[in-house]
Amino acid sequence: MYDVTVIGAGVTGCAIARELSRYEVKVCVIDRCSDICEGTSKANSGIVHAGHDAATGSWKAKMNLEGNRMMKQLCEDLDVSFRQNGSLVLCFREEDKGALEKLYEKGCANGVKGLQQLSASEVRVMEPALSNKTVAALYAPTGGIVCPFELTMALAENAFVNGTEFMLETEVLSVKKAEQGYELETDKGKILTKTVVNAAGVYADVFHNMISEERIHITPRRGEYCLLDKKDGGIVDKTIFQLPGAMGKGILVTPTVHGNLLTGPTASDLSDKEAVDTSAEGLSQVLDMAKISVPGLPVRDVITSFAGLRAHEDSDDFVLGEAKGAPGFYDAAGIESPGLTSAPAIGKYIADLVVEKLGIVEKTTFIHRRKGVIHMKMCTTQEQKRLIEVNPAYGNIICRCEMVSEGEILDAIHRPLGATTLDGIKRRTRAGMGRCQAGFCTPKTMEILMRELSLEPEHIRKKGPGSELIAKRR
Amino acid sequence: MENIDVIIIGGGPAGLAAAIEAKKAGVDNLLILERDSDLGGILNQCIHNGFGLHTFQEELTGPEYAGRFIKELKALQIPYKLNTMVIEIKDKIVTAVSRQEGYVEYKAKAIILAMGCRERPRGALNIPGFRPAGIYSAGTAQRLVNIEGFMPGREVVILGSGDIGLIMARRMTLEGAKVKLVAELMPYSGGLKRNIVQCLDDYGIPLKLSHTVTGIDGKDRLRGVFISRVDEARKPIAGTEEYISCDTLLLSVGLIPENELSQDMGVEIEPLTSGPVVNESLETSQEGIYACGNVLHVHDLVDYVSEEAGHAGRSAAQYVKNGRPETAGKDIPLIPSDGIRYTVPRTVNADRMEETAVIRMRTDGVYKNCYLNVYFGADRVIHKKRMVMTPGEMEEITLKKQDLKAAAGLDRIIFRVEEQ
Repeated sequence: MYDVTVIGAGVTGCAIARELSRYEVKVCVIDRCSDICEGTSKANSGIVHAGHDAATGSWKAKMNLEGNRMMKQLCEDLDVSFRQNGSLVLCFREEDKGALEKLYEKGCANGVKGLQQLSASEVRVMEPALSNKTVAALYAPTGGIVCPFELTMALAENAFVNGTEFMLETEVLSVKKAEQGYELETDKGKILTKTVVNAAGVYADVFHNMISEERIHITPRRGEYCLLDKKDGGIVDKTIFQLPGAMGKGILVTPTVHGNLLTGPTASDLSDKEAVDTSAEGLSQVLDMAKISVPGLPVRDVITSFAGLRAHEDSDDFVLGEAKGAPGFYDAAGIESPGLTSAPAIGKYIADLVVEKLGIVEKTTFIHRRKGVIHMKMCTTQEQKRLIEVNPAYGNIICRCEMVSEGEILDAIHRPLGATTLDGIKRRTRAGMGRCQAGFCTPKTMEILMRELSLEPEHIRKKGPGSELIAKRR
Repeated sequence: MENIDVIIIGGGPAGLAAAIEAKKAGVDNLLILERDSDLGGILNQCIHNGFGLHTFQEELTGPEYAGRFIKELKALQIPYKLNTMVIEIKDKIVTAVSRQEGYVEYKAKAIILAMGCRERPRGALNIPGFRPAGIYSAGTAQRLVNIEGFMPGREVVILGSGDIGLIMARRMTLEGAKVKLVAELMPYSGGLKRNIVQCLDDYGIPLKLSHTVTGIDGKDRLRGVFISRVDEARKPIAGTEEYISCDTLLLSVGLIPENELSQDMGVEIEPLTSGPVVNESLETSQEGIYACGNVLHVHDLVDYVSEEAGHAGRSAAQYVKNGRPETAGKDIPLIPSDGIRYTVPRTVNADRMEETAVIRMRTDGVYKNCYLNVYFGADRVIHKKRMVMTPGEMEEITLKKQDLKAAAGLDRIIFRVEEQ
């Protein structure tokens, strides 16, 4: 019997689990994927929003502001790449200046600090690559960028180290009220739990509706992105938005914390919760729209593209808290943008509700810091020398594009909740994320996985079950 | 820090030939740095035959071809380090890391860049769809099959008719896979004619010109691809989409010279080749830094890589022994025009060049029954009949030192494809 079962090992579920791991409590995180961070958390903009977009008084506004305030310290504690680079919302038409003004006022009302309205010339001084059609912009110095994989992994690893259990490759089939809490039927057997946290992303409505009389409805809203080569990461320094429309914050252009340039997302409402495929129209829309902000965008330098599904709830807000008619069942549902930014705040909010319900006490042994994979590329010469001296595997470069050594890959495999797949290694070390997109390192990484995890070649996977890389021997 | 006269970055065919010629030209203090566990580079996974017809007048496999050079290299006692990745070159200081020696720096008098090239990945084409397992660049698949002994899949579609794609169509067939088709975006193949005949026609594998992959199906493992016909602007034509079930998609959609190290050290890059700009000595924009092989421009035949690299080796040796020669004559620009996309090198200097200089180039399209003409200023000096010229087959012209010396006031040499 668990005290808490969290459904979903994305950034929201992991943030809640990490907060709960401060307490004397038995927690389990369940995810149908074979790794943490396999859903929406791995396919988003990686933005720490300032908080001027959400409606004043909404959950989104509240959690965004709180999450933004928490992010810096959290990333320091958990060794996650984060940069407060600031953001700009561009306005291209004189007649839209009023809308920009309204955005400024909303931001102020939401409590966003340091907002400034900039003139066309001020914008161009700040970001010379922006379109000369820009007539004004809203500058938010508290906007930032974060690595969404690192953040999710770090939260999960830290929760794990503090005693949280993770059941991966386990799919929850149904949730039922039981005598003492809830019974979860999974494809690996039954789980009894006093409380449930529903952080199931685009599937959160399915679980919610199994136990609550008050229905919610989530639409998967697909966002497609293009990632450009690192040589273009400096084209803009800040995160560049366009004036938002009805479907979201429009197409942004931003550097990533690792120095690539990212552009996207589109916004198309679908019914299929698995449709993370990109489309020709979507990708060309991303690049066309991005060029409105940054006309010189080198579209030939795209190294990969991807799509993620935002969990858009009909109310257009996060659904947070105990579900109606289901005591002990807590929703963290409808978590679309600014979900990544809000994750730390949602984690705290939901964990506090659970703590109060269960009447649990804080541990004395909570480890609040976590050390990530040490990256050769980020080290000074002296540090590189020392790393190799202590462990020669750091001298064996496996991924030449991102300069990832065998030492880092071994760390990724053997650390808490370690990587078991090629994508798992990629998201923990960046091996395969560079401009050759794993052409060079794939055979080498496969070899290391086979050796370290005693896998047969036909059992090496890119991601979850069914994604085997090598055909079975005949 | 160890001082080395000539450091060769890369122990593939270019690096091997460059080292051998540098040694033969009198440099004893030289060193090859190779990142893989063997010398030979990409040749080690090219187990098909067809290498060495020009160099050795016989058909060798890739490893055999490399083996001849490695044997000579060892006989000449040329030092090399394996499993060693060069991570930076700055002011002729080469920094490398390896498991066995850790972090090492060398100071070089001359450096020969011979890092080869890499394959364009799926992302560069922005093919829409899912991102399942089963999509490999052709060279990665070749390594898996020929070196690691793994089969990437059983039902294969190949996008791109570059030579590696064609070779892999045959290879996968011989290993028991069903290669359903090769799709090529252009109206002509990017590979050698002989490979189309020997790798596709002989096995009944269809080549669909003016077709491309317009969709990827399968969330975990590839289930199939959509292919469409493209128009003259290479845009997919609506309504021509066809579903081909397959578990593997191999991409042979272009090779890119691997010039990260060159660019980081400030070597000027020619956008048309993605390789360094070089003069007749294969010297880059930086003094004493030479480039050869696929890092300079992508070759069709390894024989030409070896020849070019040998030249770079001699040039580097010359530089180490005598410094950069002062010359009275100026660098004459080579100008690609009328159907010629680029030339390597980009300039020649009659005083500095060897007795002859081989100029290599590619056309920008398919030309039939035409002439490859070379002009010294306004005068046509070379006139070569060609039955067919395609971008997939590199052309070469040999310029003679004596001709350049004899042409008074020569200020440019122009290369053209012409009907006459």
